[in-house]
Amino acid sequence: MIQVILFLVVVVCVLVGVAFFTLFERKLLGYIQLRKGPNKVGLGGVLQPFSDAIKLFSKEHVSPSTSNYSAFLIAPCFSLGLSLLMWLSIPSFFNLLSFNKSVLFFLCGLGVGVYGLLAAGWSSNSKYSLIGCLRGVAQTVSYEVSLVLILFTPLVVTVGYELGSFSSFQENLWFIFIFPAAGLIWFISCLAETNRTPFDFAEGESELVSGYNTEYSSGGFALIMLAEYTSILFMSFLFSVIFLGGDCSFFVLVSFGVMAFIFVWVRGTLPRFRYDKLMYLAWKFFLPFSISYLVLMAGLLSMLFLGFKEC
Amino acid sequence: MQFRTTYKLVTDPLGSEPKTNQEIVDRAGDHLLLTEIFRGFGVTLAHFFKEPATINYPFEKGPLSPRFRGEHALRRYPSGEERCIACKLCEAICPAQAITIEAEPRADGSRRTTRYDIDMTKCIYCGFCQEACPVDAIVEGPNFEFSTETHEELMYNKEKLLNNGDKWEAEIAASLQADHLYR
Repeated sequence: MIQVILFLVVVVCVLVGVAFFTLFERKLLGYIQLRKGPNKVGLGGVLQPFSDAIKLFSKEHVSPSTSNYSAFLIAPCFSLGLSLLMWLSIPSFFNLLSFNKSVLFFLCGLGVGVYGLLAAGWSSNSKYSLIGCLRGVAQTVSYEVSLVLILFTPLVVTVGYELGSFSSFQENLWFIFIFPAAGLIWFISCLAETNRTPFDFAEGESELVSGYNTEYSSGGFALIMLAEYTSILFMSFLFSVIFLGGDCSFFVLVSFGVMAFIFVWVRGTLPRFRYDKLMYLAWKFFLPFSISYLVLMAGLLSMLFLGFKEC
Repeated sequence: MQFRTTYKLVTDPLGSEPKTNQEIVDRAGDHLLLTEIFRGFGVTLAHFFKEPATINYPFEKGPLSPRFRGEHALRRYPSGEERCIACKLCEAICPAQAITIEAEPRADGSRRTTRYDIDMTKCIYCGFCQEACPVDAIVEGPNFEFSTETHEELMYNKEKLLNNGDKWEAEIAASLQADHLYR
């Protein structure tokens, strides 16, 4: 019972965080482009996310007549539910929710997350949505591989699948200083995994209108957006847990904020990548790198801790 | 299969390739350490701290040129007599045929319009009417905030245009004065 209540608290906090993250992103992108961003609703625009939410949810829900209605309706809810469920695996202050296979849990969540995208794109029964979702699925699946393999390097160090244990291994030195290259590749894979710029081919508005969510309007669109931003926030939180300390102190929240800032900063800086280059990067650069890095780290650790005599 | 043999390479194809070992190492380092991408991040961060170019529109407005072509107005002489002499040059030159003029002689024998209509939804704001006008009667003033909620309200008649002229006379006169050397 207490866990359900706690999960609901986490969900509400995450959704409020997501709401303000959209505002944060719009403001930040605005200032990067020498404009102000939303500044009319409330004091300096702080109520903008709520006005957006009211606007989106009070609009008419339109579904294409050729759509597969149940899948069309369920896909956004599924995506959002899954993104929120992944927050179960974070190490919290009370540690009621985090459990000792939490890394496996969120990896499963990431893997299943593809289906939400797939269902949304396919059930819309529109060419743009379909192409967008194909691109998104291919890209997400490809980058998941390198994401997982990169994650295995710190996992080998912490000996276990628990996110909560990362903090005890990083009391003296953060993992980002031990594995800087792995951190960078993990971050880039996160960008690709969450379909953010410069890898937002699932959106691709210059050629695909709006990508896999072209046919969505009002509530469905809002849920898809919420799901995307929830997973972005989750990924930035994960980065600060895995690579930047990760103890549940005030500082992890600061580094979480910094990571969210960097996610937006990347969006404000880089133009969209080329699709074949994206796949090239995933399969011909990140994958060999992460495998060899994993082997190197595992070998190094076994030499250090198992002793030289067995080698 | 035919090959062209007479073309000339304008640029040296190997011109941008690094040649010495030093250059090769430098380029590889740049590529590997993403120097140019990080420089780009620096540029955007610098922009983040710059003052935004936004002007707070309904409260602040940007500068307007004296040649700005906004809402039309019919001007009067200082005596209060309307300037338009119904020569219909503006009607003739109007490329969108937005102007309709009817005229008859008045009781004092002077020639004046009885009807001067501009369809503001046809008008393309080219400014030919004010160029054509021999007496500076029809002008495009500095006002650009005249949106309405119905189409009919944008069918300007003579009364509306003369009212505009009275309302914006100061600004119109100032911009004509500022620009008179170039006309």
